[in-house]
Formats: sequence, structure tokens, C-alpha cells
Amino acid sequence: MASSSVALRHGLYRDSVTLMQISRTVGELAGVTASLVAMATPLNLDLLPRLGFEPVPGAGSDDLLVAIGADDDASLAAALARLDELFAAREVTTDAAAQPARTTRTALARSGANLVVISLPGPNALVESMDALHAGADVMLFSDNVSVEQEVALKEEAHRRGLLVMGPDCGTAIVGGVGLCFANVMRPGEVGLVAASGTGAQQVCALLDAAGVGVSAVLGTGGRDLSRAVGARSSLDAMAMLDKHEGTSLVVMISKPPPADVAERVAAAAGALTTPSVVGFLGRGRDDLTALTDKVLAALGRPALHPPEWIAPLPANFRGGAVRGLYSGGTLCDEAMVVTCDLLGPIHSNIPLDPSWALPASLTAPGHLMIDFGDDQLTQGRPHPMIDWTLRMERFEAEVADPTCGVLLLDVVLGYGSHRAPAGVLAPQVRVATENGVAVVVSLIGTSGDPQGLDSTALELQAAGASVYLSNAAAARAAAELAKGSA
Amino acid sequence: MLLDQAPTIAAVGVDLMAEEIEAQAIDVTRVLWRPPLSGTEAALATIAADPRVADANSEAGRRLTSSRPKLVGIARAGDVLGLERGQFLHAGPPIDWASASGPLRGALMGAMIYEGLAETVEEAERLGPTITLDPCHSRHAAGPMAGVISASMPVFVLHDEVFGATTYGTLNEGLGKVLRMGAYGPEVIDRLRWLQTGLAPLLAATLEHHGPVDLTAIMAQAVQMGDECHNRNRAATSLFIREIVADLVELDVPSADIAAGLRFINSNDHFMLNLGMAAGKAASDAARDIPGSSMVVIMARNGTEFGIQTAGTGDTWFTAPCDVPEGLYLSGFGPEDANPDIGDSAIMETVGLGGFAMAAAPAIVRFVGGQVSDAVESTEKMYEITVAEHPLYQIPGLNFRGTPVGIDATLVARTGILPVINTGIAGKEPGIGQVGAGLVSPRPSLFFDAVKSLAARVGSADAS
Repeated sequence: MASSSVALRHGLYRDSVTLMQISRTVGELAGVTASLVAMATPLNLDLLPRLGFEPVPGAGSDDLLVAIGADDDASLAAALARLDELFAAREVTTDAAAQPARTTRTALARSGANLVVISLPGPNALVESMDALHAGADVMLFSDNVSVEQEVALKEEAHRRGLLVMGPDCGTAIVGGVGLCFANVMRPGEVGLVAASGTGAQQVCALLDAAGVGVSAVLGTGGRDLSRAVGARSSLDAMAMLDKHEGTSLVVMISKPPPADVAERVAAAAGALTTPSVVGFLGRGRDDLTALTDKVLAALGRPALHPPEWIAPLPANFRGGAVRGLYSGGTLCDEAMVVTCDLLGPIHSNIPLDPSWALPASLTAPGHLMIDFGDDQLTQGRPHPMIDWTLRMERFEAEVADPTCGVLLLDVVLGYGSHRAPAGVLAPQVRVATENGVAVVVSLIGTSGDPQGLDSTALELQAAGASVYLSNAAAARAAAELAKGSA
Repeated sequence: MLLDQAPTIAAVGVDLMAEEIEAQAIDVTRVLWRPPLSGTEAALATIAADPRVADANSEAGRRLTSSRPKLVGIARAGDVLGLERGQFLHAGPPIDWASASGPLRGALMGAMIYEGLAETVEEAERLGPTITLDPCHSRHAAGPMAGVISASMPVFVLHDEVFGATTYGTLNEGLGKVLRMGAYGPEVIDRLRWLQTGLAPLLAATLEHHGPVDLTAIMAQAVQMGDECHNRNRAATSLFIREIVADLVELDVPSADIAAGLRFINSNDHFMLNLGMAAGKAASDAARDIPGSSMVVIMARNGTEFGIQTAGTGDTWFTAPCDVPEGLYLSGFGPEDANPDIGDSAIMETVGLGGFAMAAAPAIVRFVGGQVSDAVESTEKMYEITVAEHPLYQIPGLNFRGTPVGIDATLVARTGILPVINTGIAGKEPGIGQVGAGLVSPRPSLFFDAVKSLAARVGSADAS
């Protein structure tokens, strides 16, 4: 590159979402060819050579790394000046009269809060979580990359103190009517949901809402809670809490299938509750989330739901071909693969159902494939795909350009935390896809109260040419039928 | 519990997560989180996951704030500290003559002359490499600035009835050219002799008449009278005089001797500092040796190195070079004349006074370069790195909130906030004396090393 600058700035810290925004703003300036504005973690330092920058020696993880490449010196200077403005603008907002708390410990001592939402980098999460537990506060731990030993230590400490750790890698919870991280707006109700899967919980919420059913609470546990090492510690504690809770008349537990001994322990605990319960382990040969929701409705004495759908006509020039699933929710991706592989055979994926179906690092393969863009490997150093659609839309365009792709399948997750106007991002690309003869199928995970608007989002996508389903299983089935019929 | 009460929420991490909760019309207390000292992440997690740490630190804080040392008498240092001729105690972590800075060498030379080991300064300097040096802290003592104690010096004897510790401190010599600042001229030696033969017997007799003096009570009152008890001891010294004066005048000694003693104490606002430091040492001793605790029990400087110890790491010193304090200089002196930081007086900050109680002492903030709001901010910041609030040292201007006390090395590593120490500044050449006063902080590497060492001990032999 013609002109570049790589530097460390000590004592300047911003969270990853904020840095991503700054990095992108600078990267889009005229004459800028590459930009990396990130904390100087080993991972981000490794990116330097790949982006064509020289390595920087002596970086610590509390340093901010600024690397900008530009066509010429003037563009570089302009980019650096803009960067300073962006950082200065952020400084002002933190310059409050009262000194903000610097640790969770101090924040809790001042506010008396009883619930802490933690979304720090994984290696820093335990320390702040322990602050919360020592102060008697429950923890919603969104962070991933927390070691299993640390997860066990946190959950043991929580159990000792009668508290709950939701997470790590917990994306969804609703407590006292407040949605945490990625949560849909739910009416108050009698179902208490314990979920080891965030998007799984959101799908159940969406379907329950469509059936007019509300929740007393949604307690996430983190995807690893039912592993043998963690032993369902949070799931068991959460079920016990809901059992004692007066407002909960049905306890629902959902997870991927755990090891047999853990499954037995969870089933035994559920059976011992005084409150009725429904336990659903998702996977091949088992109920999908939609079927599971019907069991919940049956347990409540309600009729089965016909999930809403907004069907668009097939593109007149439908070209047929493989299904390409581009997912932001891991459980939804998994469910889509379970549903479609029975009809279509092997589905290649970065989270494959069968190890022999694993995608190579390029994430490309002929035939059917589904990618979980929320997988840890794809979220390192960037926000979750439910917030940031960049990677998914890049792939969407690539698939439209690939003549072997006939059907595009996507989840669009609504609610707090998610992108505020996903239809605005997706609809124009849906138009391009359908004009090129690609069918687009969307599983729309949302409730009537979500800030994005469930109906308006569905109608906008439908008008653009996508068939939209509230049930992910139904969407996957429809996509598979299209691909099968055209293959 | 989680489900039975309305959630009140704090958030740490990505701003978006807090914003999305605020969008639901729910208040969120945000944490201004920053990465910890580089390289401490794993050690901090190991310590935080140690099931002992919460109880260990609360016990350390409890002991640090509940000792009640009383001044019980005066003794000859050689008799109570096990010092022979040719043996000297000094401030800070261990050091030898070769590494000793100007003021420490000056004080040792003065002490050699005072002890009759040397006739002249030149002779004392020649003898320097032959003398034996130990830290005051290794003998239950604490010495201001150079902190030199030799066998013939009189020392205050303090006893803590709560935890049983006995601690010691020298009699404060006053201001200007004094041994503790590295001066060794004839007037310095003469004053030391008068302390030994004049003031010490007078005060010893007074204490016998009066009975034990509760020093914690005096300092607690002084904090409410504008002292932070490190760089300002005017109220505490006055209260000390008030406490003993009736017993002093009742002694069967010439009134001229009583007047001389009272004039000396009254002319020296810092007379109480040495007593406060010995009291601090008693509190610190009470909180030592608590496995799993990351609380700092010693901060001390020898003019070359700054050293700290924590309750969970036994007698291990963590050391780094001392920095020159920032502050104001006496006329005729400037930063180029200053020696790097020196003295055991940071024991005051270790027990929740000094820089930690700045908000209580608006009168001195300009002396250390600032405004009243800076003093409040300084104290507020120290709450971020301490395990407790002192039950007795209360700050009127903060609604009688207890001073921040019990520095947690892990909180320093997490926040990067360093302890603020109010301190005197000694001249770097031997024989000069005091050149100013100001503020100083230990280097972050001390807390890095302490945190690493604490983490290494988790799950090892000392776990119990």
C-alpha cells in the first residue's frame, strides 16, 4: 500500500461494537484501503500481516491498535484526523460529573442492583461475574470464550449463594418483564422457559406469542450448561427457581441433546418439580422447536398453533439448485439442517450434523450448505450477525452470483439487541435474488410487540419476493421442497 | 430470589446491551470497564475464582480496621528491637549501603556519629559498607523518611490489646535539617541527644502517670478536624498534647523542662506522625498472613526502591524503583534536588489515612497542588481499590463516610488506579534535609508482581 500507519495508543479502550463502527467509518473514507481499529489482543495482532501491515512489537492487551492503509499520505492524514474526531466524540459522553464506577463491585455498592449483564471479552468475564455473585446479584453472561473451568467455578459460587449464572454465551433472557441482550417483547404469562439456546428460546417465544401465550421468565443457561463438565448446573438451578415461583405454572426446558447421564439428571429433576414441565431435547429424530411448542400449548390445554406464514410467488424464472442457508442463530441453523437433510441428504456446514459434512475453511462446497454466522469462529473481533449483517449479506450476494444456488434460506431475528431495520437491509437484496431466479425463504423470529414490527417486516420481505415463515422448521421444509423439486 | 423481585440492573461491556435495556425504560447502572494491567488477566481470574478470596479480604479489612493500639511507654531501641551497636533499621524494603540513596546514607552517617561509632562524617562514610541494615518493618517498627533507628534511640512502645501486637516508632525530630531527611550536622546530633536524655524521660514519666493513650481515638478526631494524618498532623498533635498535658505538669520536674518539652512538641505539627505510623504498623501487623487475601499490608520506600507486601503472600517484598514525588518545593530547591520517594510513612495510606483521607483535609490540598474538589476526587477514587470503609476515620465532607481502607492489589490491577500517597520530599544529597512535599504513587509493576504471586499460590501448599 502506498501509505500506512500502524500505532498503539495506550489507555484508550472502547468496546468491540464501538470499535467496529469506528473502524468501518474510517475504512469507508476516500483513499483508505485498509483499516483495523481494535484492542491489541493476540488475535487482532495476528490480523496485521493479513491486512498487509507490519507487526508492532511490545503491544499489551490494554493497548488500542490503530492500523490504517491509504492510497497516499493525504488520505492517511485525513483518516487519522477523522479517527481522532471519532474518539474525541466518544470521550465527551463519558465525562460525567460523577465518576462512573470502574468495577462491577463498585457499581453494585452504589446502585444495589440485583442483576448484572456482562458482555466483556471472555477472559475478563469471570472477574466481574464474581464481583456480582459476591454482592448477591444474579448474572447474565453474554460473553463467549469463557473456559469451562471458569464456567463451573462461577456456577458453583452462584449455587452456594442461591443465585443464577445465565451463560456464558447466553444470548437471551427475560426477567421481571425486562428483555436482556437478544430478547423478544413478550406479554406476561405462566410459562417459565429455561433454555440452553438463545435463538431456540426466541423461536419458542415467537410461536407462543402467536398463540397468545406469555412467559413468566426466560432463563438462559449458556450452550455448554448441559455438557458433562458443567453438568446442567444452571439448568437445574433455574428449574428449581421457576418451580418455587408463584407466577409460573409450566416449566419448559429446551436444549440440544445432552450426554445421557446429564439428560437423565435433567429429566429426573424436571419430574421432581411440583410444577408441570415439558423438557425438549432438539436434534435428529426428535421434536423440532415448532413441535415442542405444540406440546407446551397442549400442556396448557390450548390447541396446536398454525404458525403464520407470508408466502410470495416463486420467481417466474426460478432457476433451481441447491439450498444455501445463511443463519445468525446456531440452534435455528441446526434445526434447519435436521429438517432438510431428511429430504435432501448431506448438508455441508461449519456446524455440521455429521463430521463428514464439515465445510472447509473457505466455507464453500458444492451442493446444499448452511452456515451459522453466529459461530464463535466467525464472530471473533466482530459483532454478532444479528447486530451486524455485513458478512451475511456479502455471502448472500455471492450466492446469487453462484449459478448452483437455487434457494436462499435465512433467519431474521427480531427483538431487543437485534438490528433495528433488518427488512431495509435484506429486502433490496431479495429483489435482486428473485430477479435472478433464486427463491428466498425467510424464517422470521419475532413477536407482535417487537420494536422492528413483526407484520411490517414480514410484509416488506414478502413484497420483495421472499416467502416468510414464523416457524423455522416450516421455512426449512419449504426451502428443501423447492430445492428437491428443482434438483 | 431472581424471580421474586423487580430486577435492578447493572451492565458491563458492550454499550449496546445497556442501551437495549434502557430502551425498555429501565435504568441501567453502567460500569466504565477498562482492560486490566496487561498480562494480569489470567492471574486475576485465578484469584477471583479462589473460593477463599472474598472471606479472606473481608477478614483482612476487618482486622486492619479493628486494631486499637495504645501508646504504653518509651524504651531504648536496643532493648526492645534487638539492635546491637553497628546495627541499624531503615525505611522501606531491604537495601544495602551500596544501593542506598543520599538521604538514607546521610541518616545512617548521622546515626553512626550519634552512636559514637564514628567521629566525623568522613569516618562514618568509610564505615558505611560495614554496618548491618534491616527494614523497620521486619522488627514491628515504622520509620518516617530514611526511617533510621539505632540502638541508643528512644522509641515509643505501642500495644494493641485486640490482636496483641506490640509496635515501635521513633520520636519525631521536627522539621528542616533532621536525621530522617538525611541531615547529619551537629544540630541534628544534638537534637537526637536531647530527645534521648530530655524529652524521652519526660514523656515516659508522663505516660506512667497517665496510663495508655488511645492513638486511634486521637486520629479519628483529627480526621474530623482537617488532618489526613500524613502530611497534616496539626490537629492530631494538638489533641495529643491536650491528652497528656495535665499529667505532664504534675510531674515533679523543673517547670523549665516541662516547658521545653511542650514547646518542642508544639513547634512541630508532625510530632504525632511517628505515633500514627506505629499505630498503623499495629493495624497492618494484625492483618498479615491471611491465606488467599490480596490486601496490601505494607507500602514502604527506601529511597531507591518501593516495596509492598500483601496479606496473602507472607514476608515477600514486591519491589520496583521509587519515583520522585510531584509537589511543591521549599524556596531554593526544585525537582532536580529531590531524592526519589522514601519512608515507611505510606503505612498511613495503607491503613486508610494520608492520600486516602485527602477529602478530610482541605487545608493541605494547595500544598500538594490542587483544589478541594481534587481532594474529594482523590479520596473517591481510592474507594475503587479498597476492601473496606474505616469505621472510625470518618470524613465530615462526605457525610461522615469512612475513609477508603485496605488496598486490594487485584483492584489496582483491574482498574489501573494507583494508591495516592502524600509525602515529604528529601534532598538527594546526604546532609541536605527536607526540600519539599507532594504526591507520589507506586509503580503498576508492583501490583502486577503481587497479583502474579497471589495467583501462583492459589491451590498450592499454602491453600488451606
